[in-house]
Amino acid sequence: MTEAAAAPPAEDWRAGGFGLYLHWPFCAAKCPYCDFNSHVSRSVDQRRWQAAFLSEIDRVGRLSGGRVLNSVFFGGGTPSLMDPDLVAAVLDRVRATWPLANDIEITLEANPTSVEAERFRGYAEAGINRVSLGIQALNDADLARLGRLHSAAEARRAFDVGRAHFDRVSFDLIYARQFQSLDAWRAELSEALAMAVDHLSLYQLTIEPGTAFGDRFAVGRLAGLPDEDLGADMYDTTQELCAAAGYAAYEVSNHALPGAESRHNLVYWRYGDYAGIGPGAHGRLTQGGTRIATEAVRLPEAWLSAVERGATCESRTPIPAREQAGEYLMMGLRISDGIDLGRYSALAGAPPDPARVAALSQAGLVETDGKFLRATPDGRLLLNRIVAELLPD
Amino acid sequence: MIDRRYIRNFSIVAHIDHGKSTLADRLIQLTGTVAERDMKEQLLDAMDIERERGITIKANTVRIDYPAQDGHTYILNLIDTPGHVDFSYEVSRSMQAVEGSLLVVDATQGVEAQTLANVYQAIDADHEIVPVLNKIDLPAADIDRVAEQIEDVIGIDATDAIQISAKTGVGIPDVLEAIVQRLPPPPEGDAEKPLKAMLVDSKYDPYLGVVVIVRVIDGVLKKGQRIRMMKTGGTYDIDRVGVYRPAMKDVDELGPGEIGYITASIKQVRDTRVGDTITTEKKGCETPLPGFKPSVPVVFCGLFPVDSAQFDDLRDAIEKLALNDASFTYEVESSAALGFGLRCGFLGLLHLEVIRDRIEREYDIELITTAPSVVYHLYMKDGEMRELSNPADMPDPSHVDRIEEPRIKATILVPDDYLGEVLKLCQDRRGIQQDLTYAGSRAMVVYDLPLNEVVFDFYDRLKSVTKGYASFDYEITGYREDRLVKMSILVNDEPVDALSVMVHRDRAEQRGRAMCEKLKELIPRHMFKIPIQAAIGGKVIARETLSALRKDVTAKCYGGDVTRKKKLLEKQKAGKKKMRQFGRVEIPQEAFISALKMDG
Repeated sequence: MTEAAAAPPAEDWRAGGFGLYLHWPFCAAKCPYCDFNSHVSRSVDQRRWQAAFLSEIDRVGRLSGGRVLNSVFFGGGTPSLMDPDLVAAVLDRVRATWPLANDIEITLEANPTSVEAERFRGYAEAGINRVSLGIQALNDADLARLGRLHSAAEARRAFDVGRAHFDRVSFDLIYARQFQSLDAWRAELSEALAMAVDHLSLYQLTIEPGTAFGDRFAVGRLAGLPDEDLGADMYDTTQELCAAAGYAAYEVSNHALPGAESRHNLVYWRYGDYAGIGPGAHGRLTQGGTRIATEAVRLPEAWLSAVERGATCESRTPIPAREQAGEYLMMGLRISDGIDLGRYSALAGAPPDPARVAALSQAGLVETDGKFLRATPDGRLLLNRIVAELLPD
Repeated sequence: MIDRRYIRNFSIVAHIDHGKSTLADRLIQLTGTVAERDMKEQLLDAMDIERERGITIKANTVRIDYPAQDGHTYILNLIDTPGHVDFSYEVSRSMQAVEGSLLVVDATQGVEAQTLANVYQAIDADHEIVPVLNKIDLPAADIDRVAEQIEDVIGIDATDAIQISAKTGVGIPDVLEAIVQRLPPPPEGDAEKPLKAMLVDSKYDPYLGVVVIVRVIDGVLKKGQRIRMMKTGGTYDIDRVGVYRPAMKDVDELGPGEIGYITASIKQVRDTRVGDTITTEKKGCETPLPGFKPSVPVVFCGLFPVDSAQFDDLRDAIEKLALNDASFTYEVESSAALGFGLRCGFLGLLHLEVIRDRIEREYDIELITTAPSVVYHLYMKDGEMRELSNPADMPDPSHVDRIEEPRIKATILVPDDYLGEVLKLCQDRRGIQQDLTYAGSRAMVVYDLPLNEVVFDFYDRLKSVTKGYASFDYEITGYREDRLVKMSILVNDEPVDALSVMVHRDRAEQRGRAMCEKLKELIPRHMFKIPIQAAIGGKVIARETLSALRKDVTAKCYGGDVTRKKKLLEKQKAGKKKMRQFGRVEIPQEAFISALKMDG
């Protein structure tokens, strides 16, 4: 028997913590690049949704009672379309269900429109202590191309309102956009860094199948996208400017001042446990030593009615230890800490292939001190390849 | 015994799509040989591939009873021959087995190169030839022009050409009558003499063993006879004697002038050689029929399973196909790039494609086919002559005195609008013009070309530069010395054996550059930069560099994405199976063929 097999990693998730994700599936409009589970609906009965969320919190609480909760995250869709009362009721029930960590992070994703900014005070009163604003671009022409409903000026005003109400305010930008030059991005990012409080998420535009952009791209009608080399140059510039401003790249697309990293997302990247509640939400929840992957019904109405009827609203799939190792590798190499080799080996039954690690290391793409394995800054840009190399065959 | 005066043996000569199979179907149908309900198209073409491609690979035969206007019922034996140049020897034997031919020409298209090659075979066999103009029902039919062309290009009298539409049935009775009136009966044979019969073709039947198509010259073939193949020496007891109608039907005996089949518990087609003479074991005839030639493969390539675990399946498939086709050869080949595979020799490119398609289709094995090569003659300094059919096996050139390569005589018929393109193509392929004549608005060019310039993509290029209007045929004329060298391709500084080619020294730089450029497009970027070089011996003659991959990362990946991303990675891993790992470089399988295609 191997050493790893002798010590089954029953509570592996503890190394990553425990978070709760709530998915609000509605948007005022669908953005052309977005492939998240979002729907445009004319009327939403928020009281029905509130009741469903509360009942799901009760159910999940019974499966994970007693655990200390590190984070709550309202994602979407557009959670800033939720009534502050709904958010307050959900958070009251959360507090009644799990013990909260002293430094619990409670984030809500928000669109930076004036209407939504008006609700910020109510969210703060409900217990939200961090907002993540989908600003996406700092000029109106690009915002229109991205299908956003706000102007750059409106976004800045919403950002200021957010700062007034929350200690922690992050915002997202999408770059490598159509017709964007390296210089234009450099200028825009400098502006963003001057605005930033302590955290920035900077994503390269990805054309996903099944989106409006994906459809246009497939028929060759999405012009001006940067090629691989320009995309890589933009990434390098991003790293350079953020580092100079003290915003460390603690993840592939996320930058923060020391201590301001998103705790919720670190739960994912450190491969902790997370409960997912809401249409299409994913979870990883260890029960009785078995880590279960959950995926909720995607269609909002179907999910809602399943919960109301007390029917099953999610699929539940046990993840074998070897697959957990693969998921840990995929997530863990995204962050600057990298993966704990001991933890990985316990899950996989063996460490990553030393020959492949050596080859990647020689190519300057990964580095290891024997205890942790990390992607280097060069390696991060090739992370999909590195993970494919290191995943056991 | 059937009176030879009431036998007519004939074949049909035609270009692909000019209506040979349809005419055969009509002849069978009109004479009631097959019941109406059993009719299907291309009755004689048994294999799917034959039906789909509109080509005949094996000779087929059918016996038709025809009550002629003179009151006698005649026995018409049609031998349907393979029409393609790859099988020209097989065609020549079929031609020897009959006394006349119908020359079918599409009245909307005119004479094509392949028609020429086959009609010359018929003329060589001293056939009486009856020209038949088909598709006269189509508006584009130009009967006078095509008849004139038959006289000009082929040189036979077309004044009595029969005008038909095999599709609608118009003129078919005239064809039947012409077969009886204008084609000669078989020459007088002697039923009392020792048996002498020609082995026309053979095919494998899982229930009966090998079924042999025969033409009796002298003597009588009967069930129970013990026969001997004069070339291979094998002896067998005849189980069945029969004729195709077109289903198999046993008869008591086959006498002089008759065509039919025999079975004799022969295990494999390899034991029956096309053109061999069949006689009785005892008191047999003394001299075999003239003209026998063993079949010799002229085009070689490697067949490798995409999934290397399927090598045994591939070998089984080839062995099964070999049961029915003695004309290809195979031996195990091991390539550093592609693993285990088979080096196979074929009669020509069509033959190669047919066998490859059958392996992929009937045995469900995905194949990597390496570039076809011809057989070179290497004259070594020690006086030895070696045959080289795989460039990877080229010995150290310092031991080689000279290299000879096979040459062909290529005949191309093309509308004169495209003549310039055709001449340029032939010049580019080291061709030497031998003849250029006009027949109406079409030119006939004859070129002396190296076979190695033709085996790969010549026909594709010809079709593309002439928009499909050219027709092409060739025959191998012999070997000639030239300045040939082996060019190796190095990927990431390591030679990839499956990409080695023999090239003319003067064209090596150009070919090398083209191949390196092509490979640069075909090989995906890796995590490191990859030099791609062409070299002769140790000397690099062309070089390209594939720059390193810079970016392959998922920008956004949160808890919900881990499942989806995992699926993407699994898909990516499955895609890798379509690649060949070579050192640290993965080469897509299509690169092994595409790299050699010449665009210009």
